[in-house]
Amino acid sequence: MDTKKLEFLKETARRVRVGIIDAVFSAASGHPGGSLSIADVVTYLYFEKLNVDPADPQKADRDRLVLSKGHCAPALYSVLAQKGFLPVEDLKTLRKTASYLQGHPDMKHTPGVDMSSGSLGQGTSVSCGMALSAKLDGADYKVYAILGDGETQEGQVWEAAMFAGHYGLSNLCWLVDLNGLQIDGPIAEVMNPAPHEDKFRAFGWNVVHCDAHDFESIEAAYKAFDECSDKPTVIISHSVKGKGVSFMENNVNWHGAAPNAEQYEIAMADLGER
Amino acid sequence: MAEKIATREAYGKALAEFGAEYENLVVLDADLAAATKTGIFKKAFPERFFDCGIAENNMIGVAAGLALTGKIPFASSFAMFAAGRSYEQVRNTVGYPHINVKIGATHAGITVGEDGATHQCCEDLALMRTIPGMVVINPADAVEARLAVKAAIEHDGPVYLRFGRMAVPVVNGDDYKFEIGKGVKLADGCDVALIATGIEVEQALLARDILAAEGIKASVVNIHTIKPLDEELVIAEAKACGAVVTCEEHSIIGGLGSAVAEVLSEKCPTPVLKVGVNDEFGRSGPAKELVSYFHLDAESIAAKAREAIALKK
Repeated sequence: MDTKKLEFLKETARRVRVGIIDAVFSAASGHPGGSLSIADVVTYLYFEKLNVDPADPQKADRDRLVLSKGHCAPALYSVLAQKGFLPVEDLKTLRKTASYLQGHPDMKHTPGVDMSSGSLGQGTSVSCGMALSAKLDGADYKVYAILGDGETQEGQVWEAAMFAGHYGLSNLCWLVDLNGLQIDGPIAEVMNPAPHEDKFRAFGWNVVHCDAHDFESIEAAYKAFDECSDKPTVIISHSVKGKGVSFMENNVNWHGAAPNAEQYEIAMADLGER
Repeated sequence: MAEKIATREAYGKALAEFGAEYENLVVLDADLAAATKTGIFKKAFPERFFDCGIAENNMIGVAAGLALTGKIPFASSFAMFAAGRSYEQVRNTVGYPHINVKIGATHAGITVGEDGATHQCCEDLALMRTIPGMVVINPADAVEARLAVKAAIEHDGPVYLRFGRMAVPVVNGDDYKFEIGKGVKLADGCDVALIATGIEVEQALLARDILAAEGIKASVVNIHTIKPLDEELVIAEAKACGAVVTCEEHSIIGGLGSAVAEVLSEKCPTPVLKVGVNDEFGRSGPAKELVSYFHLDAESIAAKAREAIALKK
């Protein structure tokens, strides 16, 4: 990856993180930890990978993205704002009564959101339906979904994984955000879904890994998806929950909590805004 | 003896019939194609039929994804699983985003018969009715079932269609016109209104004859669309008769009876008595016997009608 591109992605991801913190701070609630852990991934997808157009959010041949871990809506909204789907200043209306930026993604009112989500596990099946539809039509678009690692405790994820493997949905790419933490603690202690790799392989998937905070690694993983023509691909994305904000990193307490004014200032300093 | 045909049979045939006209119609099933009769569509259009295996929750989500990309998906299973097991998938993944998914739920109510309580869904109308924007249709016979499938295809938005396992007589003629949300007056009367849905329409017509022999004039209305309810017709019948009996093969909690009572209590207070499955689970037995066992037969409706009339005085 050339330096210019890398620097652009890093700067964009930094802005995405600033938007996440601004939104959650303004809402005084929300899910910063898992939003920050996918900030680099969504930045890569929207600026390097997805065929989408802010001027025509519903264009028929666009790539689709389903944020199955819908509670990380701040990351999606923030990258959509950076991409031009919505004004950056609107991020501060997150979760407000009059705002279109709902606590979990609402496709009916948010440009660029391909599917409403929030109830864990359900987006995976929707992504399968979209990918199957593209196959039926002989269409070229690809379907991407982002799952939480805790989300893989939901049985529906594995119903969907079985379906995608059975129908050979090679145009489908999931990313499991393996940040290792869920509300009640480390996923390995709450209900260990490991090993993801063996499970997905057993369901007929192409499995690749990436470092969720290294753009070259993310790029290599999505390239592996492009090169696989006979099965769905899952990227196991090794991430740090709360990445980029010092006191949030690897701290389960920041799964679903907003910073206070003092913490907000520290976060903004961590993100190079002060 | 009129021809008897199960509404699920009409459902499968209608899918195959309209599949020719609507090339974007696709059908999903969860390993019950032989029972839900979607197998008829599968035979006609194998490339547009997708078995999801015994995984109904995934099936509902797959249907949503197909609908978002231009297909008209019918997702089929027994009512118990489509509306019961997958309630939250239907609510959050189909209802909330108002996605154009059609749910074809067969084997509704106690006329599933011998399989018994675990497979006899008497709660689906109640569950589906609470979802904003969901159209809920419960056809009475094969003619209505076929037209309901066509109306669902042409309706832009989620639709829940309820079909039965038991063969029932055809009560509607070939010239029957079906419109979502429009009830059908089948017989005039002035003493009591029998407002029925699904297989209970036939029983209500039989009850009318029993009552007529006693000099009681009962009107009969077929409410095929539980939501949106034809409030105008319900209110008109209540005004004309002064007493109402609702008839449904469903729990007396939350279904047609509740919907009618909700409307009348606010807009035209009238005695409403409910014929339905009382607050209890089903049981195994031949379907026809269960109709009597659970007091859904014509005699039970007639008895309820006499009670309703007594409340007028």
